[in-house]
Amino acid sequence: MDAAEKEEISVEDEAVDKNIFKDCSKIAFYRRQKQRLSKKSTYRALLDSVTEGKESTRFQIINEAAKVPLLAEVYGIEGNIFRLKINEETPLKPRYEVPDVLTSKPSTVRLISCSGDTGGLVLANGKGDLKCHITANPFKIDLVSEEEVVMSINSLGQLYFEQLQIPPKQRATKENEEDTSDDTTQENQEELGLWEEKFRNFVDVKDNGPASIGLDFSLHGFEHVYGIPQHAESHQLKNTSDGDAYRLYNLDVYGYKIHDKMGIYGSVPYLLAHKLGRTLGIFWLNASETLVEINTSGDTEPAVKDALTQTGPVAVKQKVRSQTDVHWMSESGIIDVFLLTGPTPSDVFKQYSYLTGTQAMPPLFSLGYHQCRWNYEDEHDVKAVDAGFDEHDIPYDVMWLDIEHTEGKRYFTWDKKRFPNPKRMQELLRSKKRKLVVISDPHIKIDPDYLVYAKAKEQGFFVRNHEGGDFEGVCWPGLSSYLDFTSPKVREWYSSLFAFSVYQGSTDILHIWNDMNEPSVFRGPELTMQKNAIHHGNWEHRELHNIYGFYQQMATAEGLIQRSKGKERPFVLTRSFFAGSQRYGAVWTGDNTAKWSYLKISIPMLLTLSVTGISFCGADVGGFIGNPKAELLVRWYQAGAYQPFFRGHATKNTKRREPWLFGEEHTRLIQEAIRERYTLLPYWYSLFYSAHVASQPVMRPLWVEFPDEVETFGVEDEYMLGSALLVHPVTEPKATVVDVFLPGSSEVWYDSKTFAHWEGACTVKIPVALDTIPVFQRGGSVVPIKTTIGRSTGCMTDSPYGLWVALSTKGSAVGEFYLDDGHSFQYLHQKQFLHRKFSFASGVLINSCADKRGHYPSKCVVEQILVLGLKKQPSSVTSHSPDGKAQPVAFTYCAKTSTLNLEKFSLNIGADWKVQIQ
Amino acid sequence: MLLVLLLLPMCWAVEVKRPRGVSLTNHHFYDESKPFTCLDGSASVPFDQVNDDYCDCKDGSDEPGTAACPNGSFHCTNTGYKPLYISSRWVNDGVCDCCDGTDEYNSGIVCENTCKEKGRKERETLQQMAEVTREGFRLKKILIEDWKRAREEKQKKLTELQAGKKSLEDQVELLRTLKEEAEKPEKEAKDQHRKLWEEQLAASKAQREQELATSAFQELDDDMDGAVSVAELQTHPELDTDGDGALSEGEAQTLLGGDTQTDAASFSDRIWAAIRDKYRSEVLPTDLPSPPAPALTEPREEQPPVPSQPAEEEDEEEEETEEEEGGEEGEEEDSQVPGEQPKETPPPVVPPQTASPTEEDKMPPYDEQTQAFINAAQEARNKFEEAERSLKDVEESIRNLEQEISFDFGPNGEFAYLYSQCYELTTNEYVYRLCPFKLVSQKPKLGGSPTSLGTWGSWAGPDHDKFSAMKYEQGTGCWQGPNRSTTVRLLCGKETVVTSTTEPSRCEYLMELMTPAACPEPPPEPPASGNHDEL
Repeated sequence: MDAAEKEEISVEDEAVDKNIFKDCSKIAFYRRQKQRLSKKSTYRALLDSVTEGKESTRFQIINEAAKVPLLAEVYGIEGNIFRLKINEETPLKPRYEVPDVLTSKPSTVRLISCSGDTGGLVLANGKGDLKCHITANPFKIDLVSEEEVVMSINSLGQLYFEQLQIPPKQRATKENEEDTSDDTTQENQEELGLWEEKFRNFVDVKDNGPASIGLDFSLHGFEHVYGIPQHAESHQLKNTSDGDAYRLYNLDVYGYKIHDKMGIYGSVPYLLAHKLGRTLGIFWLNASETLVEINTSGDTEPAVKDALTQTGPVAVKQKVRSQTDVHWMSESGIIDVFLLTGPTPSDVFKQYSYLTGTQAMPPLFSLGYHQCRWNYEDEHDVKAVDAGFDEHDIPYDVMWLDIEHTEGKRYFTWDKKRFPNPKRMQELLRSKKRKLVVISDPHIKIDPDYLVYAKAKEQGFFVRNHEGGDFEGVCWPGLSSYLDFTSPKVREWYSSLFAFSVYQGSTDILHIWNDMNEPSVFRGPELTMQKNAIHHGNWEHRELHNIYGFYQQMATAEGLIQRSKGKERPFVLTRSFFAGSQRYGAVWTGDNTAKWSYLKISIPMLLTLSVTGISFCGADVGGFIGNPKAELLVRWYQAGAYQPFFRGHATKNTKRREPWLFGEEHTRLIQEAIRERYTLLPYWYSLFYSAHVASQPVMRPLWVEFPDEVETFGVEDEYMLGSALLVHPVTEPKATVVDVFLPGSSEVWYDSKTFAHWEGACTVKIPVALDTIPVFQRGGSVVPIKTTIGRSTGCMTDSPYGLWVALSTKGSAVGEFYLDDGHSFQYLHQKQFLHRKFSFASGVLINSCADKRGHYPSKCVVEQILVLGLKKQPSSVTSHSPDGKAQPVAFTYCAKTSTLNLEKFSLNIGADWKVQIQ
Repeated sequence: MLLVLLLLPMCWAVEVKRPRGVSLTNHHFYDESKPFTCLDGSASVPFDQVNDDYCDCKDGSDEPGTAACPNGSFHCTNTGYKPLYISSRWVNDGVCDCCDGTDEYNSGIVCENTCKEKGRKERETLQQMAEVTREGFRLKKILIEDWKRAREEKQKKLTELQAGKKSLEDQVELLRTLKEEAEKPEKEAKDQHRKLWEEQLAASKAQREQELATSAFQELDDDMDGAVSVAELQTHPELDTDGDGALSEGEAQTLLGGDTQTDAASFSDRIWAAIRDKYRSEVLPTDLPSPPAPALTEPREEQPPVPSQPAEEEDEEEEETEEEEGGEEGEEEDSQVPGEQPKETPPPVVPPQTASPTEEDKMPPYDEQTQAFINAAQEARNKFEEAERSLKDVEESIRNLEQEISFDFGPNGEFAYLYSQCYELTTNEYVYRLCPFKLVSQKPKLGGSPTSLGTWGSWAGPDHDKFSAMKYEQGTGCWQGPNRSTTVRLLCGKETVVTSTTEPSRCEYLMELMTPAACPEPPPEPPASGNHDEL
């Protein structure tokens, strides 16, 4: 069968066959831009054309090659953001502008224009601390913040814009235009791939012809840039001058190669740059195939200096020591770029989420452990695995079913022989307060008897091929058509399929996993859809390829919300994603491999997703492909327990690897790791709330928490979980010691198990046994925990809390805590939540309200308080409850570790109280 | 009896006062008049700290009825069913773990007491199980007896066979001697016969040569002077010796042995032998047998191209559609195909004898005496071979019997009856076949060849229960994976039947076989008094 063939291509092969995928040299628009840019033809701005609209300032730009000028628009956007759009003034037909990614139309702020000298134009924000200096000839924009040029646009003259042309066939009668006169040889046509581009056996016929765009950004003083996921690469972006550019093109790459810049499952065309004192963001809103070149140089470029002096009143006080040039190229669409000016990492996160939205607040269960496998065979298997967790006393929250649960890969159906009674199976899970996630892919088996297919076919809901028929491609079910999720009507219909009355065998504990939504097409070019397939609105697939998966997850999440009549928060995992996908659920890193190197790369991969808005991300624990040895599996569980999305998964031909199959000792170690996850659930949940309302990533690279410490900028083997915990997973076999860098000269760090402490700004050698997960709590933080671990998050609702109070060098600490019902939108609509603040200073720990708008009754108590770094044994500890009653509290103090443990403590987590230590 | 045992605790356990979550056996450790000492002795606390929702003891024993200790255990009495220890972390977590619902006394949910129902089901199951076990064990005893008998019989048969083998060996030896003795006169007579015939053949050949020489002489002797001269010889240029196409005078003279002429006698003695192969008779082929070969090769040459043509084309087409760069392979095959063709078409077998069998070439039939010797020898041979065959059969039977008798069929040979049986299980897609102690295979239901899931490896149960599982190994290899293997779990049942087959890990199969042989001895009928444990 067809699916079997795919298995041969991709599923069975451990190493990815790179020939299936393009490198830059095989991408025609890349070749064209490179060729054309070598014969530089610079643009100039026609500043006498400037018009100031209500929202933007517009002017024309032109170069010798293009007789028709382009229209540039500069917008000031709320929150210190600039937007630059460049498009044809009157294109032959409209060019694609990415819809639905921006949460709403961003509020613009009026820019005040004043003409600069030497024929420039200055646009300033209201306060005047941010300015765009526009130079007319050659066209260039400098972004100036407080008299410092932080970024220049087109200073390298790489602005490139292919204007739409009439196809050569129709043009024959017309007068030959200039740009067609030079490259007419057959060979050259092929090389340039203007109207037709070949790759392997595939020919991409381009009805619209060449339409690519490009622009360069020079980041002054920046050596560190991050972002533009998804690549199996280091967190800090590398120089691309000696190899391929970073490619953003969503592809199904089974067992992707690591340390490679090829495009994999998802794309966020958003780059962050950081240097001492400033963080910037460049958000390139384009959903077509995109390439990003990075060139970091340490030397002063004379050209930059010249440019700076030209800017006139903006005096050049800074010493430009380094610069990073970022060159964006896209196959199609328009130039639409947002400049996020920071200046702090936190500001940039807020600016980006202002545009694309914040992380959806996940239902609590989804922060527990997920157990997946391709495939749990049948209901009996599910029951046995579920029982295995209880038998071994390992908590878990979600059972997963991959494609085999369906009737012949027809999503929304159940294999009647394997899963004759899905509701009964879900009742079993429900009885333990657990959930079920099943897969639903975008390809729909061509089978007139399959209702989903028949309905979609009838209504014309599939992507069409170049010839106008329904697009057909091979995927798991064999020949399939692909739902056109870019159409609002299709999304609405798809959402309705999740209604309980429609989706037979589904219950409210069933949630969804969207896979293969790059989309994956087994026999397609680069295993995806032909670029000239046609979507809603007659847009070619090439225009919006990277956003296809985003739309499926959007429709799925919406469907789950609707089935609960708007009450319940959905959980949807997606493999493909785009800027803004954080609004709909979680993302994972796809088909990784059971090797140490893949465990190691998971950290930078997740850090990159985290700083580009996608906080809810994870990598398959154990590695999807291959069989991990017990040691690797244990280390992976330990690492996964401290990563946001925590799921064990394995491909079809691997050995079983449920946590208890590796001997008693390893079972205990895995159980320990998962329990640590559940211990920290209150902290995780609070961090997700902070991501949801305040845009702060859950998993943070060190540079985000320590932006003033250069040593942190390149660290990617450890990270911060929120602002309180530093995690350094063990990713080497047979490790006996790890070098942990503890940043911050004024910080103090506490080992979360031994309570040993170190002063910051040093690297310490931490001995590690197989049961060691190096985790350090930052002095000055309070971490809320659960003191009792149940078998699932649902079983822990009423269990008591503990607080880990780690004192700073000044003897103080603060922390926050968030709680709601864990599953509904009541927190939003009815303000049914609890947001508390814990602060410790001068020997007094205070529990106070952090957000008075919220109310949520909880009968949970804080039963244990651990104070780390208390130098002196207290003589007494008293608690003061809300009614003013003072009560002595029993305590133990360990002088050796300077640890105070308050016992027999029982005060409501949601009440105002304080504890005094004397 | 069983019923009584299970019902007894009901009247017993209920009334004893003890802290929540404490079992009856432990209740004496919890004496409310005294401070409580942790069960591990690690600490002692006032009794009011027992179950006060705060964990004092390292072993969790002060909080048997709350979730305060991470390592505590909660005891459910489960009256009507089996008592159970659960992790105390599951107390009041909203999930009913105890059938009596006692673990959820303060979580807001109401647990139905299902102990009675469970107890009833359990009793039913237990009764059924007990019945199956009893019956199975009865059958097992029979199987053991059967095997004991069968084994004895087999042993007896083996002894017989081994004895029989000895005499058979003697007989073979005897017959061998007889055969050899009978073959001696046979050989002599046959040799004599052949010798005579060969002499006869040689004589007639000589005579024919003589005749040929004489007729050639007469042909050559053109002038009929009774001698062949150099000139006369020269009329036969085919006798040319230096390859120039003509027989020179010198050459002719050399042929004549240096003389100028030769008479009939010396021609046939000395010269004829040298020229006979080249000599071409003047009268066209009368005597010389013409070679039949050309006629025979004809069909052979015509045949091959016809079938080879379409085969070649098909090959090429397939390759083209499958892969673009199949060129090289295609060429190789092109050159191979015609080369191989003659090998494949059997060459026409024409027995040489039939080509032109002259009477003389055929050996005359044996005379009566010789034929009698031959017949006698043949009979001796037949007898010997027959005896030898029986010996081999006996040896084979002995080997098989020895193997079977020495096979590990379980402690009492209860599994022996499976030895020559096969059992099948049909699932949605496959027919699974288990031939115990031999192999396991899987065959697609809709036809197709079977795949080996392993051949007999060993008993594979845990050390204390080795005979509870079998392992079959080294089955067909998996693509990029291990060889298939199967573990067969043996379960007690009245009948012998494969009840399930699963593949928990890729290419590692698990099969369940019900058999009376796996039934344990049922416990003796309980004494009337019973014991008063909660069980």
